[in-house]
Amino acid sequence: MANRINMRDRYKHMTRLGWETSYQPMEKVFPYDRYEGIKVNDWNEWEDPFRMTMDSYWKYQGEKEKKLYAIMDAFSQSNGHLNISDARYVNALKLFLQGVSPLEYQAHRGFARQGRHFTGEGARVACQMQSLDELRHVQTQVHGMSQYNKFFDGFHEFPWWHDRVWYLSVPKSFFDDANSAGPFEFMVAIGFSFEYVLTNLLFVPFMSGAAYNGDMSTVTFGFSAQSDEARHMTLGLQAMQFMLEQHEDNVPIVQRWIDKWLWRGYKVLSLVSAMMDYMLPESPMSWKEAWEMYFEENGGALFNDLARYGITVPSYAEICAKEKDHLSHQVWGILYNHTAAAAMHTWVPDDAKMNWLSEKYPDTFDKYYRPRFEYWRDQEEAGNRYYSQTLPLVCQTCQIPMGFTEIEDPTLVAYRTTEYSGDKYHFCSDPCMKIFTDEPEKFCQAWMPPQQIFQGNCGGEGLPAVLEHYKFNLGADNMDYAGSPDETNWNKWKGLDGAGDGQVKAS
Amino acid sequence: MAVTAIGDYPARPRDGVENFHGNQMVIVGWDHHLMIDAPMAFPLPPGMPFGALVSEVMPVAFSAHPEWEQIDWSTVVWQLDGEAFIPDLEASLEDNGVGHKSLIRFVTPGLDGIGGSGS
Amino acid sequence: MSKVFLALQDVDEARPIVEAIRKDNPNAEFDHQPAMIRITADQELIIKRETVSNEIGADWDPQDIQLTLISFGGHVDEDDDYFRIFWQD
Repeated sequence: MANRINMRDRYKHMTRLGWETSYQPMEKVFPYDRYEGIKVNDWNEWEDPFRMTMDSYWKYQGEKEKKLYAIMDAFSQSNGHLNISDARYVNALKLFLQGVSPLEYQAHRGFARQGRHFTGEGARVACQMQSLDELRHVQTQVHGMSQYNKFFDGFHEFPWWHDRVWYLSVPKSFFDDANSAGPFEFMVAIGFSFEYVLTNLLFVPFMSGAAYNGDMSTVTFGFSAQSDEARHMTLGLQAMQFMLEQHEDNVPIVQRWIDKWLWRGYKVLSLVSAMMDYMLPESPMSWKEAWEMYFEENGGALFNDLARYGITVPSYAEICAKEKDHLSHQVWGILYNHTAAAAMHTWVPDDAKMNWLSEKYPDTFDKYYRPRFEYWRDQEEAGNRYYSQTLPLVCQTCQIPMGFTEIEDPTLVAYRTTEYSGDKYHFCSDPCMKIFTDEPEKFCQAWMPPQQIFQGNCGGEGLPAVLEHYKFNLGADNMDYAGSPDETNWNKWKGLDGAGDGQVKAS
Repeated sequence: MAVTAIGDYPARPRDGVENFHGNQMVIVGWDHHLMIDAPMAFPLPPGMPFGALVSEVMPVAFSAHPEWEQIDWSTVVWQLDGEAFIPDLEASLEDNGVGHKSLIRFVTPGLDGIGGSGS
Repeated sequence: MSKVFLALQDVDEARPIVEAIRKDNPNAEFDHQPAMIRITADQELIIKRETVSNEIGADWDPQDIQLTLISFGGHVDEDDDYFRIFWQD
């Protein structure tokens, strides 16, 4: 048998396919990887630790797809949607398909672009593979959830919603910000901050939660995507290290991007905190526990490692540490307020869930949040479910309604305001305001949902016109879970009593 | 600081008052009452009397709160854009100094949210 | 000292890998969570081709880790004979 060349050589021969251009100078062929100020001395120092080459890429991805589709087919053939813990769970999937899957598509586009624009071919090849992965992710997610779309509301117009509905402007504007940045900032934004530091918080506890709630289809596409993420994480970390090692002048630029993008990602993930603590009927882990494990412990180890380059933990880590006791409760409160304008259901947690929350959040839940939920429950029982009738102020940077509180006083909304070119801008926090003041020309043009509604750009005046513009099936996609067609159907399928009274009873 | 860009990057604010068809955006937040999840925003004519904001506009956002009916308006403490403020209820928003995207906060002494929880 | 971690799908294919990790990393800790196994260790974790191959009874390529890997924390060092996660501090 002929000797095979080893992995290192194979990687070198199959990824170093570039050349020095001669008809045009290199800087005109690759014009966009210099203006951000990142200095590169030698692109050959770029190395992908996974040493993945195209031939093995196709082999492994093909194998993953076969496994995934076998499970999705089995799920569909066996009516797997009936095996989930409760129909409330499906709302987590709605939020995922509306808010996260379109980001996979945006990531596909973003990495395709960087796969064209980096001068170094090692970086280009890695970005191109990631671009293909991201396309696979959005496709498998849409495919995986199509089974749910046959039986539940809140899935049917997800791309339309992603581009228009208020809470989806949170993830959308995050990715628009990254895709309109230069290639190096994009790598720190998506490759490093999002993929390396934060996707663990998105995928791992959420998919583990899906398993816990009987949703094997989602577990499988989630973990199948996550096995690609492992490669993406490596690319993100490699891109960062590469910048830091190439020139010391790169360090402060990279630090500013880390500070910006970890915060941007953290705010997007606040939606995930509500998903984990409130939408999952059975929660394997609280948001706070996930934050401690995946950000404080793992992220802490990462920052220890990066300290040798002079990179430090963002100064706001202290805010996150205190906010972890409040985040999910405040976000669920926001979603509960504005459920009339959301393509998903919300509800008051039942007693068992509230007790679980008290146990997981002993310092905050009973003191600040339980009274609110109990009042809402009383109102609901009196036939007076509270829905906000007005539009909230949303933060100019993260675009989440300003429902976050001062770290020292959880009963007081945190207001931050600045002026730019004669206009006032409002923020939920110091880091969001700093992101704005660093790049005011960019963020003053943000597409803010309430302002757009007031300006008449979302179908007209008043909620009915806006919801029609959103293409909601009124009373089915939106409003409380109690009394929804989802609830009625679920109770019918499962032979449960009380279709329509909001309480699922064990049969 | 400024955006690092390939070329010119002129600022084009999207939410100038000229885009609001004669209205201005006014923001009102009730401190310590987080059952109403966030400060609420309203497109209002600058000539609207401040009293109308209190009696006609604010109830739409806040009257679902059980403490709304208990407010003693003579004791309410107001803040406009970060400064202490005593509104003239007869005068217009504009004459009260309420501008586009102004933030009005109010505190209701003795009312601290549902069960004193700040909710 | 920082901890590295590795999360693998809780599937048949991952079992020989988990066994090999147990043999080659005596200080590793194993946490079984729904549908996944989370493995942590101080400073580094190594998966050796030889050990996994012995567990399976057939040759195992370290790149096959792609099929069961969910996530990890640390730097990656991969070669023909091993897959390693480590921190440098």
